[in-house]
This record gives sequence, structure tokens and C-alpha cells, in this order.
Amino acid sequence: MQEHIVIIGNGISGITCARHIRKNSDKKITVISGETEFFFSRTALMYVYMGHQKFEHTQPYENWFWKKNRINLLKKYVSEIKTDENALVFQDGNTLQYDKLIIAVGSKPNKFGWTGQDLDGVMGMYHKQDLEKIEEYSQNCKRAVIVGGGLIGIEMAEMLRSRNIPVTFLVRENSFWNGVLPKEESEMINRHILEHHIDLRLGMNLKEILADENGKARAVIIPETGEEIPCDLVGLTVGVSPNIDFIKSSNIEVNRGVLVDRCLQTNIKNVYAIGDCAEQHQAIGSRRNIEAVWYTGRMMGETLAQTICDNPKEYKPGNWFNSAKFLDIEYQTYGWVWAKPKPEETHFYWEHKSGKKSIRLVYNTQTNVFLGMNVFGIRVRHEVVDRWLTEQQHVYNVLSQLKDANFDPEFYEQYEFEILAKFNHDNNTNIKVQKTNWKRILNLIK
Amino acid sequence: METHLKSYKIMNTKHSSYAISNPHKIDLDGVQKASFGSAILGVLFLAAAFLGVQFPDTRIVLAISLSLIIVGTAIYARRTYLLQPEGIKNNHVWFNPLTSRGVWAWVLSIILTSFYIVLYWFPKYLGLQAGTSGKNTGLVVFFDPLSNLLHGKDANQWFVYGTLYTVLIVALGIKFIYKYRHNKYQVVRTSVVMGSQVLFAYVIPEILATLNLNDATNTQGKYLGWYDTDLKNVWPLDYDFFSKWHLDAMQVPDYQPLGMTYLIWGIVLFLVVTPFLSYLVGKRWYCSWICGCGGLAETAGDSFRQLSSKKLSSWKLERWMIHLVMVFVFVMTAATLYGYFANTGTIFGLSIYTYFQKPYGFLIGAAFSGVVGVGFYPLLGNRVWCRFGCPMAGYMGLFQRFKSKFRITTNGGQCISCGNCSTYCEQGIDVRFYAQKGQNIVRSSCVGCGVCSAVCPRGVLKLENGLNDDATRYIEPEVILGNDIDLMKYTKK
Repeated sequence: MQEHIVIIGNGISGITCARHIRKNSDKKITVISGETEFFFSRTALMYVYMGHQKFEHTQPYENWFWKKNRINLLKKYVSEIKTDENALVFQDGNTLQYDKLIIAVGSKPNKFGWTGQDLDGVMGMYHKQDLEKIEEYSQNCKRAVIVGGGLIGIEMAEMLRSRNIPVTFLVRENSFWNGVLPKEESEMINRHILEHHIDLRLGMNLKEILADENGKARAVIIPETGEEIPCDLVGLTVGVSPNIDFIKSSNIEVNRGVLVDRCLQTNIKNVYAIGDCAEQHQAIGSRRNIEAVWYTGRMMGETLAQTICDNPKEYKPGNWFNSAKFLDIEYQTYGWVWAKPKPEETHFYWEHKSGKKSIRLVYNTQTNVFLGMNVFGIRVRHEVVDRWLTEQQHVYNVLSQLKDANFDPEFYEQYEFEILAKFNHDNNTNIKVQKTNWKRILNLIK
Repeated sequence: METHLKSYKIMNTKHSSYAISNPHKIDLDGVQKASFGSAILGVLFLAAAFLGVQFPDTRIVLAISLSLIIVGTAIYARRTYLLQPEGIKNNHVWFNPLTSRGVWAWVLSIILTSFYIVLYWFPKYLGLQAGTSGKNTGLVVFFDPLSNLLHGKDANQWFVYGTLYTVLIVALGIKFIYKYRHNKYQVVRTSVVMGSQVLFAYVIPEILATLNLNDATNTQGKYLGWYDTDLKNVWPLDYDFFSKWHLDAMQVPDYQPLGMTYLIWGIVLFLVVTPFLSYLVGKRWYCSWICGCGGLAETAGDSFRQLSSKKLSSWKLERWMIHLVMVFVFVMTAATLYGYFANTGTIFGLSIYTYFQKPYGFLIGAAFSGVVGVGFYPLLGNRVWCRFGCPMAGYMGLFQRFKSKFRITTNGGQCISCGNCSTYCEQGIDVRFYAQKGQNIVRSSCVGCGVCSAVCPRGVLKLENGLNDDATRYIEPEVILGNDIDLMKYTKK
């Protein structure tokens, strides 16, 4: 009898884990989700609303894939986990036995107890059901208000603007996402938001959401100005937190998320947690205890599959990286780039005259070791930058070999000479641009 | 930038403006309405000519009609795209009935399909020699002035077709350039494919005919024959290159030295240039940069690229079909050449014309590449012919897959599986399947249009020519970049 692995959640973490368990073993695998029958890319929901894709396009595998790979799918919501009996109880009352359980239930949108936060027409943007709600309340929507200036907030603004719905965007900080982005990049995005005719309100919060006679949102009130903004749709995009309410009654130890050790195991021996809902007892390096990012979810899935297949591995993420797209401006980041330089760091920043492209290099002031990089409107090669970080390259080497990292499409204007000229000017150095070298890029030079 | 800062301040005050028009419907402004209307009017003139309307001065009406189509489309595109910031413009693609197999897609598909059927088999209905004593009428006579101007002859259906084809590539190529103005690869590539059509397929052949170096009649009134003077139209796409009539025409003394030059060029192009360029840059040098079929697909067909099927079963079908057509053209041509050198019309007792050339010309040359290939743009996507049929694509695909520097590089672990790349791949390649595994994309069918890379929201894909080396070009990584997991089994010491 094969061991039965049950995975709750069919997002990137759970599905990556299931696929890798199948690759490495013959174990019986069941994936449970109440949200959708098949795995889809959550990050692509916005493109369905905007009409770039149909929902089926967000599904990375054809529907026959699961049966062919003997991954059983169950479309149900779990209401309780009975770890003593190795059993799950579903909302419909049925139960399921497992040998090992993997919790990969992701996040849910935050709500901070505002008056009116549960009215009709108020929604987050996370689940497929949220998308359906946004679609519904977009009909005849005269104005939408989005609360919370983060990655999901700006995506939701882009979505609504694609339908020509006027959008007011309330951002608590005095510049967009400036807890993460340094001042210059953050201001670049402020400008770009305005270019898209989004009514950006920096330094403004939500006081309450007012209801009409049918219990539907009709306006929001801003405490800073006392202003009442009439609207038909309110997007709450003030971050996410682990979606673990149904676990709290179980024996599994939770804090904000499901607490796991470095092997992603909970306090219960045969129960694991991965992805957005997993919380490390102790943060790994400069990472957060809870990492709600696509890439980390995927890595945890990859890693745990090894452990499940009798090759125990710790979750050991490499150099930090992330990416996003702010309306039309792409963003990639590698290593650690803090909004404000740490005392031992120097930041070098170059911005193109268009105000839509930039690069920031972070290095140690004493040793000149390269620590991280932000790029906006320019693409760079993950492999090359990752190697620079691992090898703790001198920032002068990074600069002179910057062309190796350029990943923009062919014929694009390249800015390495301009970037180096600025660096040389600012630092009184004389670093020269080296030509692109394929052997270096592919790490073929010994 | 200063104006942005100003509006930023205004918008941050208490009384910000709600003056953005709403809800939802984006009305066309005056310029858009006028330019769009002009383009439609240009098409209506063509329709009227087709229906037999007689114009007082065909020359002027034809000039107005074609100018309206090109200029109207260009102004409309300019106005529409320049009103918005640079970026990807795929909003509402799957809501628009024209681009999501709705009613308008079916209407257009029926019109296009009918046009090709008439063009190939019933040119009389276009007006070819339909009048009294064999004079042209209808759409064909409408193009007589231009044909006379260019090479001193009345038009025929192929002249009408060639002109409209070129006009479409130019008009909708301009639209494409405005749409992708932020993407230099797209701008350069589209400019080249437009130039290639205008110059190689249209202007140069017309000039050569005017100079009596092709399609000429000698002083005794004897017609000397026609050969293909489109420099880029290469066998096996140009499947009758080795037909007797074509080889003979290229050897006509009056056409020398040009005729023989074309003959040698045709052979060198197939045997040397094609493999070499496909090795260096992949088959894109042809398919999305200079090919006429590709040119139409990338410009007029751009709105339909998302309709190609990405199913695994379609890929299987594709490999069978394209390679069968390739074998078919090789066998047909071998029989043709045998007939030419042995000076016979039969091979193994079978008529070369009836059993080889005619079926290929009918099934592949006309029905597949024309009727289905273009007629079904709005239903099956803009590359049906290129993907399932074109023997030239099949031939170059072998180099691209097995011996080439070209690949689409996947950028480490940055893929978020969103699916835009696959959705907008006109060749139906499931690009995401590779990208999300951190694997480069090396597929024989990729025509190198670069749209997957353009629509990727995370900067994951790059078309490039690197090293011809399987290890760095094609291998699937065990672990996606970013994870430091060591896959070596724990060994118990």
C-alpha cells in the first residue's frame, strides 16, 4: 500500500510539491482545493479581468495532466484537521485519511476592522471568487476606491482602469510602496500612476465605508481631509495574511502562520506547511518569517517534495529575488535593496531621462562587495546577477561586466556606458564597459 | 515630467477632479472616427468596384481608395496608441467579438475564405476577362490603371491580389509599429518585413517586367514566359520553382543574364543561405523578418495570434502535418526534375502532372496556404499555414531544433506561470511549459516574432543567438534558479 500524501491547497506551492513527489515516487497523491478544480496562476487573474486571457489560459497544465500523472484532485473545503486520527473533515461532513499532510493554503486579504468592510461591493483581490465579485461590481461602476498601496493595489488599479473606470487610490505612505522601494523608484511609480489617470492620494487612509439602503458600499470617508468619495466598488489591498482560521482549533502549532521548522515540518510529525501560510520560527537570513511570494512558495514545494520522498532537505533559499510590473514599468530586484541604505551600505542610482528606467546598485562601503540591485524598465539576467551575489563580486567588476546581465530584447538601446559614466563621475573612478561575453554568462570560464 | 508633478499636486488636494468620462465605454474622438471612417470608405470603394459600379475616372478612385486605406489606418492607429502610455495593448482582446471568435470573426472568415476560393478557381467573378470580347470588369478592371502604370499591361487577378496584399501589410504594419512602439525589436522587425514585401515581392518584380526582363512579349509578338522574380520566394515554399515552364522561362535568352541569376540564386538560397542563416539566428530571419506569408501574418494577422491552439494534441498534429507536406513537396519536385531531365511527362507510368504537381498545387498551394491559411485567421489564428503546412518552415525547423545558436532564453527563476507568452504565441507553442521549469525554449516551429518576450510581465524571455551547444541551450535544470537545494541524496555515514 502506497503512502497517501494529502495536500491542502492547489496553488503554486502545493502543485509544485505534488509534481515533484510524483517525479520522485509512486506515492498516492491527493490535492484538495475549494477554490477551483484545477491549478491556475493566481498572478494572472488580473489578465482575465482585463481581457488579455481567458481563465483557462491561466491554467498551466491541460486538464488531462492530473489523471495522467495520478494526482487526484478534490474540489472541497476542509473544515477541520484531526491530527490524532490522521484525518481531514470537509465542510460537507465527509472525511479523508492521510499518511502525510501538507498544508499549502496560501493567504487571504487583510481587513483591519473598518466600519463597512464587509458590505457588498467591498472586496480583496486574491481568490478567483474575488475576481468574480470585481467583475460583478464593475458593471455600472462610476468610481472605484482602492485602499492600500502595494503590489496588489496597483494591479487592481490597472485592472479597473482597463475598463475605463475612474479609480481613486488611497496610499497610507507618503510615496508609493516606499517601505520597500527607495525614494527615487517610488517617485517614478507615483508619476507613472498619474500618467495612467489614476487619482493617487498619498498619505491618506480609510476611515470608514458608507452603505446605501441595500447594504452596498456607496462611499468612503478619508480621515485626513474628511472627504467623502462616492464609489460603487472598494478594493481592500492592504496586504495578506495566512489563510489558517480552520487550523486554529487543531493541534497544529500556529502563530500568524503555521509554524514550521527548517524542514517545513510542523509540531506534528507527519504534517508540513509550505508557501504563504508557513511561518518560520526563526527568519532565514534577512528574509521574513512568512514569505508570501510566488517564488518562495515554489521553492518550498520543490524542497518539501524531497523530504517527503525520503531525501530530507532543509528549506534553503538562495539569493533573494523578486519581480513585479507596475502598470507598464517592469521591476526586478536581486539581493537586498532596502528602502533606506543601511549604515554600512552605499547606493548608486542611475535614472534614464525618460524617468521610466533606472538601475540601483547596492554595495558595502568598506569592502565594495556587491549586495543587491533594483532595475526598473530594464531587464537583467537572473543567472548572472545571482552569481555575482554568490561570489560576492566587487562592485567594480559588476559594473564593468554589466552588459553580461542585460536581458532586454535585441535592438533595445543599452545604457551601460551612460551608467558607468555616471558612476565614474560620482566616484572619481575609471571603470570601463566590457563587451558581452557568452562564456562568462554561461559560466563556462573555469 | 513636470506636468505630471503638477497634476500630482492638483490631485492631492481636497477637491480633485472626477471629470474622467465614465462609465466604461471609451468613445472614439473626432480624429479616430474620421480616420477609421476613411479606411472603411477606402474598402467600400473596392467593394463597389467588385459589385460592378463604374467610376468616371478609375485612376483617381483607385488612388483615393488605396490611400484612404493606408492613411486612414495609420492615423487611426497613431491616434489610438499615442493617447496611451507605451506598453502592452491587449486589453479587451478576449471580449472583442472580432478577436475572440465571435460573430465578426465568423463574418470576416467567410469573406476571406470566399475571396480566396474566387481568386484561385473562379477569377471570372473578380472580373477577369468577364466583359465582352474578354475585357476585364469589376475589381480587376479597377486595378487596370495601376497595372498599366507599373508594367504597361492590364491587370489580372494576381495583380489585384498582390496589390491588396501589399497594401494590407503596409497599413496594418504601421498599426503594429504604433502598438509596439516601445519595443525596438518589434519596430525593426516589422519595418523590415514591410520593406521586404514592398520591395522584393512588389516593386522589383514590376520594374523587371517593365524592363522586359520578365513577363515580356518579343517584337514578333511572341510571349516569352514568366518566372518568379521575388528574390525571397524560395523553394520549397515556391513549390513550382523547378517546374519545366519556370526553368524554361529563366533560360529565355531575352531575359539573360537575369534569368540565370535567379535560377542560381534560388538554388544557393535553398542550399547555402537558408541553412547558414538558420544556424546563426534561427528561422526567424525568414519567417518573421522577410517572408511574405509571415509578413501578412505579423501585420494583418496580429489581432488573431491568440487564437492558435496550445494543446499538446495540436503539437502532435502539427509535427505530422508539416513534415508530411515537406515529404510531399520533395517527392513532387523529384518527380518534376526527373521529368525535366529525362524529357518525359511520366514517372513509373504515372503522369507527373496529374499525380504530383496538380494535387500539390491544388491541395497545398491553393487550398491550404490560401483558403485555410489566411481565410481562417479569425478562427484558428494567423499562422495556420506556417505552423501546419509550410515546407520551408519545416526545413528550417530542422536546423533551428538541432543545429542553431538561436533560443528563447528563460530568465532563471523569474517565471510566474501567468500564461501571456503561451496565449500570444501565434505558433501555438506552450512557451510557459518551458519557462516555468527554467528551461530555454528550443522549438522547431518558433518563428521568432518576439511577442512572448514582449508580453511577459516579468522580463523572463529573451530571443537571442548564443552558443550552439545543447548543454547551455536546451537542458532542463534540476532545480529552478533561486533555490539552493542540493539534490544529492543524503548519504548515511
